[in-house]
Amino acid sequence: MTTTPARLRSASGAGPRAAISEKTLRTDRWWLQPLLVFLGLGAFVVYGLVRAIMNKYYWASAEHYLAPFYSPCLTKSCVEGSSHFLGQPIPQLPSWLSPAMIILVLPGGFRLTCYYYRKAYYRSFWLSPPACAVPDGHKTYSGETRFPLIFQNIHRYFFYAAILVGSVLTYDAVLAWHGKDGGVGMGLGTLILAVNAVLIWAYTLGCHSCRNIIGGRLKHFSKHPVRYRAWGLVSKLNAKHQQFAWASLFSVIIADAYVMAVSAEWITDFRFFN
Amino acid sequence: MGTKRHFRVWRGDDTGGSLEDFQVEVNEGEVVLDVIHRLQATQTPDLAVRWNCKAGKCGSCSMEINGKPRLGCMTRMSTFNETETVTVTPLRTFPVIRDLVTNVNFNYQKARELPAFAPPAGVAPGEYRMQQVDVERSQEFRKCIECFLCQNVCHVIRDHEENKHAFSGPRFFIRAAELDMHPLDARDDRKELAQAEQGLGYCNITKCCTEVCPEHIKITDNAIIPMKERVVDRRYDPVTWLGRKIFRRDQLDEQPVSASPKPAAAAADSGSNWHQEGPVPQEAPVGADGKLVVAELTLDRAAAGSPFGDDQVFPLPPEQLRYQHPSPPTGDGH
Repeated sequence: MTTTPARLRSASGAGPRAAISEKTLRTDRWWLQPLLVFLGLGAFVVYGLVRAIMNKYYWASAEHYLAPFYSPCLTKSCVEGSSHFLGQPIPQLPSWLSPAMIILVLPGGFRLTCYYYRKAYYRSFWLSPPACAVPDGHKTYSGETRFPLIFQNIHRYFFYAAILVGSVLTYDAVLAWHGKDGGVGMGLGTLILAVNAVLIWAYTLGCHSCRNIIGGRLKHFSKHPVRYRAWGLVSKLNAKHQQFAWASLFSVIIADAYVMAVSAEWITDFRFFN
Repeated sequence: MGTKRHFRVWRGDDTGGSLEDFQVEVNEGEVVLDVIHRLQATQTPDLAVRWNCKAGKCGSCSMEINGKPRLGCMTRMSTFNETETVTVTPLRTFPVIRDLVTNVNFNYQKARELPAFAPPAGVAPGEYRMQQVDVERSQEFRKCIECFLCQNVCHVIRDHEENKHAFSGPRFFIRAAELDMHPLDARDDRKELAQAEQGLGYCNITKCCTEVCPEHIKITDNAIIPMKERVVDRRYDPVTWLGRKIFRRDQLDEQPVSASPKPAAAAADSGSNWHQEGPVPQEAPVGADGKLVVAELTLDRAAAGSPFGDDQVFPLPPEQLRYQHPSPPTGDGH
């Protein structure tokens, strides 16, 4: 009793798969997470668009709060006092373009090409796939091998830009310690801007590109003890990249909305002192 | 005393099949594979399932339980409600052989296409010295038990069969990362190989491989993304690119990488024919009804058939081997 039946021989190549008619047999609520991500990211995009078009209420002059969406304010269209050490190198903008649109390209690009956000929107917006072991909704698939998605590979350039943006937001958080009557003061906005800067840094420094640049690309950690230690620290942040991505997304909205509300005088800033 | 649970198990082969319903006893502390075995023992003696260690270390009993790729031996029945129907199907991405058994040859083919560890020049076997911090990253990937759940769940090939020729899958990305991070591996072109021949760019990092890994290897964060970043270092970083052009380093340390595997050249390199056809798996002897004979007494020989095929002669002729036996060390130093 020997030899192999022809039926099986074909299976060793590319035989047919099991004929299972159901597209997925998952019984849990696999659609919930992509739905929440869709709503969360969608809300952020809508808020960002509204704010970028609004072109006002971004500088609370008495408290020295600058809204993160308009920081740094680099154009001659910026309201008085909102531009700081970087000056106003960009000339007057046409009325349909706001200073926010200029600067949001950098943090926006950083988040758009971020390895975590890519997972999030490929799943929830592009359904590729919506969840594990659930079929993706596309006839063909070429991943990130060709235009336009091959440009996801420029993530590290946005990372370099994000370091600059993080530095400016830190500067803004320091400026927010300005007292209403001069000197040092602290309000709720100061606290919000400081927490926002910390979360933005935690998100930026935990980036996968940062992890590679700091030490991940090395083959011999033992020859580079300082970079190895730095890599270890970045790896700890990197393990929580998803959490920091969401935390910093919410914190930037909260900070921006708070400054907008104070600037528009919809609310009065709660002052701890001065 | 156990309870009766409702199971739906896919039965069939490459000509078709369907989900069959069973009421089966389940006792406290049991896992899905135990229940499959009880089905074999009590109701469906010819139900085909691949299993071995029952301890989550051999990677044999990969199956899809309620639509999720899992190891049968590591899925506790206590994770389901008593009234819940448990649906068990074979892996979807690979050709089915019979019932819960699939043909995972695709993975062995991709494994052969990946260049093996390249020993460093001038260091003899036995003289390898490595620091623990240098091998730690690679050691995580050595935990892989080759259950191929990651290969099965990856939508690049699960939903797009046509990508199979261009895409190696997460299991082989961790292998590539392991070797690229290996302190003594002499090859310098693993990043280019990962991109050009393994199809690293197809991965859109949706992390399902990490979600299903029973060894909890951080496949995406620790292997695929670092490999993507290493490819960026070489190919998409204009600063690096410019530096390499100016200092002509691109001509010094980079070996050209072919767009497709070259069996003849590979064979000439290693002295082994990696791409030759291996023994074809054998089907178990079945009766006239196409199903396994239940009693061993009715078989025409003693004991089970050889997994290598009963017409296979041992030892294999050396020229048909797909590996190269290391040559003994020269000199009288050892």
